[in-house]
Amino acid sequence: MDKILHMSASTRSKLITYGMVVVAFVLMQWLSSAHAISSSTTGLLVPICVYVSLAISLNLVVGISGELSLGHAGFMSVGAFTGIFAAQLLTDIIPTPMLRLVASMLVGGAFAALAGFLVGIPVMRLHGDYLAIVTLAFGEIIKNLLNNLYAGFDANGLHFSMTSAQALAMEGGKIVINGPQGAVGIPKLSTFFAGFLLIMFTLFVVLNLVDSRSGRAIMAVRDNRIAAESVGIDTTKYRLMAFVVSAALAGMAGALYAQNFSSIVPKKFDFNTSILILVFVVLGGMGNIRGGIISATLLTVLPEKLRFIGDYRMLGYAIVLIVVMVFSNNPQVRLFIDSLREKLLKRGGTNVPADASEGGDAS
Amino acid sequence: MTRDEGTYRAQAERARGQEARTEGTYKAQAERAAGHTVQEATEPKRHRQQTKMVAPPNDYLVPERDALFTPVLECRHLGIDFGGLHAVEDFNLMVGKTEIAGLIGPNGAGKTTVFNLLTKVYQPTRGTILLDGQDTAGMDTARVSREGIARTFQNIRLFDSLTVEDNVKIGLHNQVDCGMWSGIFRAPRYWLSEKEFHDKALELLDVFHMADNAGDIAGSLPYGAQRRLEIVRALATNPKLLLLDEPAAGMNPVETEELMDTIVRIRDDFQIAVLLIEHDMDLVMGICEGIVVLNFGKVIAKGTPEEIQANPQVIEAYLGKQE
Repeated sequence: MDKILHMSASTRSKLITYGMVVVAFVLMQWLSSAHAISSSTTGLLVPICVYVSLAISLNLVVGISGELSLGHAGFMSVGAFTGIFAAQLLTDIIPTPMLRLVASMLVGGAFAALAGFLVGIPVMRLHGDYLAIVTLAFGEIIKNLLNNLYAGFDANGLHFSMTSAQALAMEGGKIVINGPQGAVGIPKLSTFFAGFLLIMFTLFVVLNLVDSRSGRAIMAVRDNRIAAESVGIDTTKYRLMAFVVSAALAGMAGALYAQNFSSIVPKKFDFNTSILILVFVVLGGMGNIRGGIISATLLTVLPEKLRFIGDYRMLGYAIVLIVVMVFSNNPQVRLFIDSLREKLLKRGGTNVPADASEGGDAS
Repeated sequence: MTRDEGTYRAQAERARGQEARTEGTYKAQAERAAGHTVQEATEPKRHRQQTKMVAPPNDYLVPERDALFTPVLECRHLGIDFGGLHAVEDFNLMVGKTEIAGLIGPNGAGKTTVFNLLTKVYQPTRGTILLDGQDTAGMDTARVSREGIARTFQNIRLFDSLTVEDNVKIGLHNQVDCGMWSGIFRAPRYWLSEKEFHDKALELLDVFHMADNAGDIAGSLPYGAQRRLEIVRALATNPKLLLLDEPAAGMNPVETEELMDTIVRIRDDFQIAVLLIEHDMDLVMGICEGIVVLNFGKVIAKGTPEEIQANPQVIEAYLGKQE
């Protein structure tokens, strides 16, 4: 206890974030083993983990590095398809499903990092809106490349083609990625526990990176590029570092995501998905990792929970989004909530109403 | 002949340190010329006129104590054009190893442009910049910083959302090493480097009595403290030359007085050179050893504070011509 009181504010904040994820995991694990939650909710657990990781990794670019990236789903898809391919190749070499999943996520992360690096070289010449537009374009390019990619393996080794499945000239073997049809017959390797580990790993990487020499350089470039250059920081290097690390983590999340389903198509990773992840980040507060985790969870669950209103589901989703955005960003609303909270605190002792504290968290 | 001599005398008067050398050159020249007339009869026929060789006049000035060291900064014929406008033209300057130099001039004279040229925010159109004897051609801003030029900005540029301590740690970026992987996976290197960062940052903040503010957010500091923090951050890069762009702007006379002490103390403690732009003449005349006056992108005067104060061209630039 004494140690907890004496550690720095940043360390305490980090531990709270880790703790929050651990508690949520244990709670959900307990609930699902007690069959206290519906199967549709259980099916959401892995996607929630994936979106939380994506929100954390995109926060590194949008919040910490201060660049608006609209192509995050592109890196996710690179990780997804390379991950599937790696998992199928390794079926005989690594029989344990969990280890195979980890290996495929590492491969997916590595290839997404490579894609992030290649995309990053031209993108890092730009700033602001131009950078956002170009990342959007690269996200689409990646999607279209995967739409035309045919890949498989047989006894002779690996086969790749950008024209058709026939052009692979396979002798038996297996076509893993089949152009616009994507990957089919994927063994379901992903588990909730793997998702939890991914979130913890992503948190570990991002939080540690931010609190280090490199992270300070990244934030320096965000706060004032000219001043950062004047103290000898290679601005391109650190912007690229944030971009590539973020892409690698998105690739790992993509590999986990894809192996949660029996089939996956490249179209899944389009502009809408990129925007969805960006919404998680913006709603949670740019640079606010914990806020991103909460908003990613809530916004993934919300459309499912709104199913009872049928066709009006997405309308409800949009309204919730607008209301939260307005509430968390309007200074008058914030003042009102603060004064409300004060009044209630005076009257009702230390009991902070849940909705008031939530409004504060979202900022 | 007489004109040459006049130039020489004027230069000798300005550069006290060079006086002896100039005299020596003259004597040797006179002897050579005398010997020549004697030997003329025996020498083969010459196809040239007898040329008198002299050292070209230059108006570099450095403090006497720095005369024997490589100057920390030497600008030769430095110039930059923006379109058709010669923003800075034929700018020559030498700053001694431990000199406190001033760069003054009316508004729009090109002073900050000179700073931007020295730190490579702009690439010069013409001329050479030698930093401690090394040509900085082709370097970018970050490289020049690593080579030893640090600066502050006229409009303060801090890392506003970060703490005071983090601002200084970012200044120390190239002084302490810790790679990305060590940082992410918390290798022993990370813990060692963080301790070094912390200790050095607090040590530097102590110079300005700002150690107590280490945890404050830089953007929330009062104006004067922000200016001081910018100087600390610049010092953290371990510079050879510190460029201060209007360090006393917005400060009251008491704060300015304190700043003057601090600048002199920085020079004495760190043994570095300081080049400052300033409109506050009390500060300029109070601490600068050599002063350069710029007007319309051109140097119109150089000298000690006393010489500058008496220079009619400088008075004209600032106050206009007297009828």
